[in-house]
Amino acid sequence: MLGGCAQYETRPGTLLEKEGEEKRRIVSILVNKNTRVVVQGITGKEGSFHATQCKAYGTKVVAGVTPGKAGQEVEGIPVFNTVADAVKKTEADTSLIFVPPPFCADAILEAADAGVKLVICITEGIPVNDMVKVKRALRGRDVRLIGPNCPGVITVDEAKIGIMPGFIHKKGVVGVVSRSGTLTYEAVHQLSTLGLGETTCVGIGGDPVNGTGFVDVLPLFEKDPETQAIVMIGEIGGDAEEKAAEFIKKHVKKPVVSFIAGITAPPGRRMGHAGAIISGGKGTATEKMKALESAGVTVVKNPAEIGNAVKKALGR
Amino acid sequence: MNVHEFQAKSLFAQFGVPVPRGKEITSPEAATAWANELNTPVFVVKAQIHAGGRGKAGGVKITKDKNAVAGFAKELIGKTLVTHQTGPKGRQVHRLLMEEGANIAKELYLSILVDRDTGWPTFIASTEGGMEIEEVAAHTPEKIIKEAIDPAVGFQGHNGRNVAFALGLQNIEPAVINPFVKMLDNLYRLFMDKHAALVEINPLIITKEKTLIALDGKVSFDDNGLFKHEDVLKMRDLNEEEPLEIEATANNLNYVKLDGNIGCMVNGAGLAMATMDVIKLAGSEPANFLDVGGGATKETVAAGFRILLKDPNVKGIFINIFGGIVRCERIAHGVIEAAKEVKINVPLVVRLQGTNAEEGRKLLAESGLKLEVANDLWEAAQKIVGLTGKAA
Repeated sequence: MLGGCAQYETRPGTLLEKEGEEKRRIVSILVNKNTRVVVQGITGKEGSFHATQCKAYGTKVVAGVTPGKAGQEVEGIPVFNTVADAVKKTEADTSLIFVPPPFCADAILEAADAGVKLVICITEGIPVNDMVKVKRALRGRDVRLIGPNCPGVITVDEAKIGIMPGFIHKKGVVGVVSRSGTLTYEAVHQLSTLGLGETTCVGIGGDPVNGTGFVDVLPLFEKDPETQAIVMIGEIGGDAEEKAAEFIKKHVKKPVVSFIAGITAPPGRRMGHAGAIISGGKGTATEKMKALESAGVTVVKNPAEIGNAVKKALGR
Repeated sequence: MNVHEFQAKSLFAQFGVPVPRGKEITSPEAATAWANELNTPVFVVKAQIHAGGRGKAGGVKITKDKNAVAGFAKELIGKTLVTHQTGPKGRQVHRLLMEEGANIAKELYLSILVDRDTGWPTFIASTEGGMEIEEVAAHTPEKIIKEAIDPAVGFQGHNGRNVAFALGLQNIEPAVINPFVKMLDNLYRLFMDKHAALVEINPLIITKEKTLIALDGKVSFDDNGLFKHEDVLKMRDLNEEEPLEIEATANNLNYVKLDGNIGCMVNGAGLAMATMDVIKLAGSEPANFLDVGGGATKETVAAGFRILLKDPNVKGIFINIFGGIVRCERIAHGVIEAAKEVKINVPLVVRLQGTNAEEGRKLLAESGLKLEVANDLWEAAQKIVGLTGKAA
């Protein structure tokens, strides 16, 4: 096995003993310099563009998969017919998925069956009932799914595995977890501009049924020694933020700053994201803010204030 | 996507869920003809709109006189019904469902949806049929029964029995227990096979003849699953949708009309919602939600402008773009080109941030267009509210 499988959890102080490489402490969450990525759907427009961008950022993009296109290359990245082949030949441990919605459930399960430990699914528009089956099939298995309908994960200066613009990030001390894409970039931009910087940013996605929730990511940041504060960006719909509030109250000591989008959203209407809907009077922004405030989280009403609130929370 | 009650009931029938004999009616003549064919002691005429509360708004008529149905049809077709779910403008009735009446012994509530917490399809049932389930949940949560179905194996008989006995069917009417279990099995198949987001029967009735009938029915579908179901897509009724939203969908834009004065155009759903919130915080109200997607090209921006300007409430436009992979100077070009194409007669504030933001802002400032440029979200929101005036 080549050095460092995907850092499935925070493993502070793990010593890497890869020959010819300096011993180094791995302190990031989920992904790092040693993460080996296979891109599913790499020969498509989105797949090839973003695989190239990720590679340019410094991510180890070791393989691509498009059924029937084995032997081709995309920007020097070898293409395989199956994820199993890619894993066997390149020891990829993380998959990044750009496969169109009708085939995406299959693609996620293929990655899991091939032994990939982390699956990051960017695709938007997967039918909910397909995700219901995928989520059930992954239960109890040694694989984590991030997304779908998410921007991906970036550990600053180590690995960008997703579609976020790399250059807005700056190595720093804030962990970011969010249900949204561009709104996350907005927060990241503020953190970078204020000189606080980020450790890892995780987009969990805007779908109602997803692989990883706030409560899965929060403990990773809490344990990560590099992360000093956490930004959590939620939105209307479901009760993931309420669950996060409960978790934070019990288990998170680090300061958490939160913004919840959609206080002006009308009930019963889907606001872009499949999961962003107030139904039966449940899932309002006000309810979520209240729950988070009662858990000691600093909730900002103005998204332009996220960065400053973190700065204040860190006493800088 | 929502469908009408008569469409929901046709799906129920297709999946073996018992419904009253009924037919979609669009004229008084058709009502009379169907009444003669139905030949039943009680006729029910129901207005078909995508909103609940039709009964209270006068949209449901019951009669024993088959000569009266034509009059009801005449009265209801073309009438605007205002219910607690339609908003003050109400919805115009274009079609009716006319069906046979039933002898109600007991009303129940039954629905299935995906519980977002567990990610499993879950039945919700209650003995409080005919009531709004949210009310029941708020005031008597002990009367709500939930049964999650393991998607790996699908519906099992015990799932149905759990619900049946929890409802107390053994005391209410033991004869319906087995048909009830079968009905849940059928509803689960309908829910999964058709990619539904919600299947609701309220009320589900036990008749005096000891049978079960879905007296009302509501089905909504997961938009992401529609590509698999041409039959469901055919059920779409454009009369029930906001015309600007139909136009937006045709242009691949994600638009929701609201009641405020500031039109906003944003890339990304989360940022679009946050932009609405910031407009409110600055003292005004958003006129809409509009996500132009990651691309934000000249074409999408132009389509966005056209839709925003068709809303007579719009007194100003706020474009908020965070350039990521797409560079801001290209977006600026798009805005400039689109603004030339579409005549903009209201104040316009453009906020660009992210990749090459400065070049983008410079291009806009030098374009000769009448617009304000901003780089910060809060500054931009205050600018547009300053230009259009605070909401009353």
